[in-house]
Amino acid sequence: MLNYILRRLGYGLVILIGVNLITFVLFFTVNTPDDMARLNIGGKRVTPEQIEKWKAERGYDKPMLYNAEAQGTARLTDTVFWDRSVSLFLFDFGRADNDSAGDIGYQIRKRMGVSLKLTVPMFVLGLMASVIFALWLVMFRGTPVDFWGVVVCVVMMSISSLFYIIVGQYLFSRLARLAPISGYAEGLDALRFLVLPIGLMLVASLAGQARFYRTLFLEEAGKDYVRTARAKGLKETTVLTRHVLRNAMLPIITSAGAALPYLFMGGLVTESFFGIPGLGAYTIDAIASQDFAIVRTMVFLGSLLYILSNILIDVAYTWADPRVRMQ
Amino acid sequence: MGFKLVILWTDVVLWLMLLGLGAYVAHVRRDPSLRATWGKVFMSGAAMASSVVLLAMLGVTVIDSVHFRRALPTQGSEAIAYDTRTESLLDLALGKLVKSREKSYSAPLATHGFVKETIPPKAGDKPVLDEHGVPLPPPRAHPRLQHGGAGLADPASEHLPDVLARLAAGTAAGVALAGLLRLALRRRLDPEVPQAWSSAWWSAAVLLVLCGWAVALSWGQGYHVLGTDRTGNDVLYQALKSVRTAFVIGSLATLATLPLALVLGIAAGYFKGWVDDVIQYLYTVLSSVPNILLIAACVLMVQVFLDKHPELFETGLERADLKIFLLCVILGVTGWAGLCRLLRAETLKLRELEYVQAAVAFGAGHGRIMRRHILPNVMHLVLITTVLEFSSLILYEAVLSYVGVGVDPAMNSFGGMINQARVEMSRDPIVWWSFAAAFIFMVGIVLAANLFADAVRDAFDPRARVVRPVKRAHAVPR
Repeated sequence: MLNYILRRLGYGLVILIGVNLITFVLFFTVNTPDDMARLNIGGKRVTPEQIEKWKAERGYDKPMLYNAEAQGTARLTDTVFWDRSVSLFLFDFGRADNDSAGDIGYQIRKRMGVSLKLTVPMFVLGLMASVIFALWLVMFRGTPVDFWGVVVCVVMMSISSLFYIIVGQYLFSRLARLAPISGYAEGLDALRFLVLPIGLMLVASLAGQARFYRTLFLEEAGKDYVRTARAKGLKETTVLTRHVLRNAMLPIITSAGAALPYLFMGGLVTESFFGIPGLGAYTIDAIASQDFAIVRTMVFLGSLLYILSNILIDVAYTWADPRVRMQ
Repeated sequence: MGFKLVILWTDVVLWLMLLGLGAYVAHVRRDPSLRATWGKVFMSGAAMASSVVLLAMLGVTVIDSVHFRRALPTQGSEAIAYDTRTESLLDLALGKLVKSREKSYSAPLATHGFVKETIPPKAGDKPVLDEHGVPLPPPRAHPRLQHGGAGLADPASEHLPDVLARLAAGTAAGVALAGLLRLALRRRLDPEVPQAWSSAWWSAAVLLVLCGWAVALSWGQGYHVLGTDRTGNDVLYQALKSVRTAFVIGSLATLATLPLALVLGIAAGYFKGWVDDVIQYLYTVLSSVPNILLIAACVLMVQVFLDKHPELFETGLERADLKIFLLCVILGVTGWAGLCRLLRAETLKLRELEYVQAAVAFGAGHGRIMRRHILPNVMHLVLITTVLEFSSLILYEAVLSYVGVGVDPAMNSFGGMINQARVEMSRDPIVWWSFAAAFIFMVGIVLAANLFADAVRDAFDPRARVVRPVKRAHAVPR
């Protein structure tokens, strides 16, 4: 098992190098450091000296991918790409291109907790709610409850999450005044600000997930062992939770695990809608101000988490299904 | 009066896609097994009803995809100059809505503006003085709209009867058309045939009545059916224009994923070995980057590219169009990993089957085997993914526009309307109609697309079993 995980981590490293190369090429082919310097210094007259100073401060003053003037391995290592990649892999993110955004590492450490407070409850509650709802529909399979439940699911799936947020903010914050419209506070006060976004995103994601889980459960519920369980005289709830749910676990883990990397990124849209100072809002601001240093860092962290959560999913398989072996 | 046809990138692709669709339909009609499977799709009432809605929206898209620029009136022998504004056939059809522009917000069917204005005193009127002899500021009131309900002499008393009369006329026209349609379809609606055609007729009838209302209410000196936005433009017009944007994003972006996914997916599954390793590495790298960030990065790139190459477009519309075209390409280039993975797995299975072995034994080349023996047998996966992607991309466009990497702000889109509505919803009293219009149209399209996709999946996916008991035709109450 350890061997397997180590091999997966090694492959993950190769993938990360690929991701890094792609983002580097994407960002720097079109926006040269000179362009970025001009954009970030601002103002109409930017002297070449200012640009050189800006680039030197951030280490952009070397050749991009290949240094023809250097000797030996320095041809590759004395470049912007090498410097930036190595520092990324060492988790030293440097400073943002834009002065107001500050030190990226510090910002990420500060905002990570906020994002997790929003997304972890969203993830856990969402998973629970949709599994329960799907099991409930399966319990009533073949009846009007099931039929109309699916109809409601399809209609709710067809509504953009932006609608849920806007309408929810209007109903619960403006009309009923149950929760603040947006903002954030530290400590226990945070709960007041987080209830609404968590609840709304729960509703927005419920329908799609529940409908998918329902098909999984229905597939299992038609199998022979379920009939045996029922023939033994087990209660329908026991059959569903102990037999059907247990056996439908693998695909549920796969689909829920795919959402894991986004936990850290925070609800991109949710955070900026509700003014929660997490990583998602940070990323959106960075996109808006074209701050490539931040976007590159977030891409790197996002892919790292994607790789880690994929390994985690595989480990979870062995837990959910003892027949699965790691090779 | 002269005009110049303007051929936009997305127009070309849309028309080509329609041609392709026509060719596919012809192909289906010839192929008995495909015909039977599609027949199964259209047995479902939901699929029929939703395809009527989708066809109506496709119709709007098509007439909105013929663009031209009018010639400006010239003096003498000058070279002909063309208007900078590009119009489409839809603009021509909705000319009344385009022209009846108000000053600012107005509610649906309103006769007065939403924002209070200072009413300037008439010439010769004495200024009103307060008790100290200081002139009072002129009174503020909701101004009469220039176009909405302009024909009414006394809006307070005539407004409601006029609206009701127009509604009645609209309903009558809609019902009459629906009745004619029923007559035309009477052979199809025979009791022997399942209820699919009947639900198609019902959704067509509802659409016709809704259209009847919209036309009757805005006819002549009518009203703004869905109100006007901040700059006084008709919201119904904006929503109809947004339909094309949604269709372009939904269909073009899915289409753009196909070449990469098909070629790489089949190649990876067929050749295995190092080809498979390289392709797997490629799509793992791609799918491990958070999708929205990758798209954002590409869109920022495109923005820079467009800013550096102003010679590629003549008008603002052409620029917006090039941008949406490139956005679709980006969505395609970043979104092929999922389908590619599916196709690879399926090809791995297919290449071991006897008929492929037989083809190898007959000496067929790699290209021929992949094209003639494997491709047709993975087409059902492609079809299912395409129809499922369509609706999720329309929803995705709204999110992208919110993040600021969506379509050009100058282009009408549901994302843009929702974005604007965010500010409007925080006004007091709220301006709800743009939001409501975007909601209704978007839910209509996405719901129809979802229902249609479900029916297609049920019919084409061999693993999908019909859970619902099949209703027998004669048991259906009519």
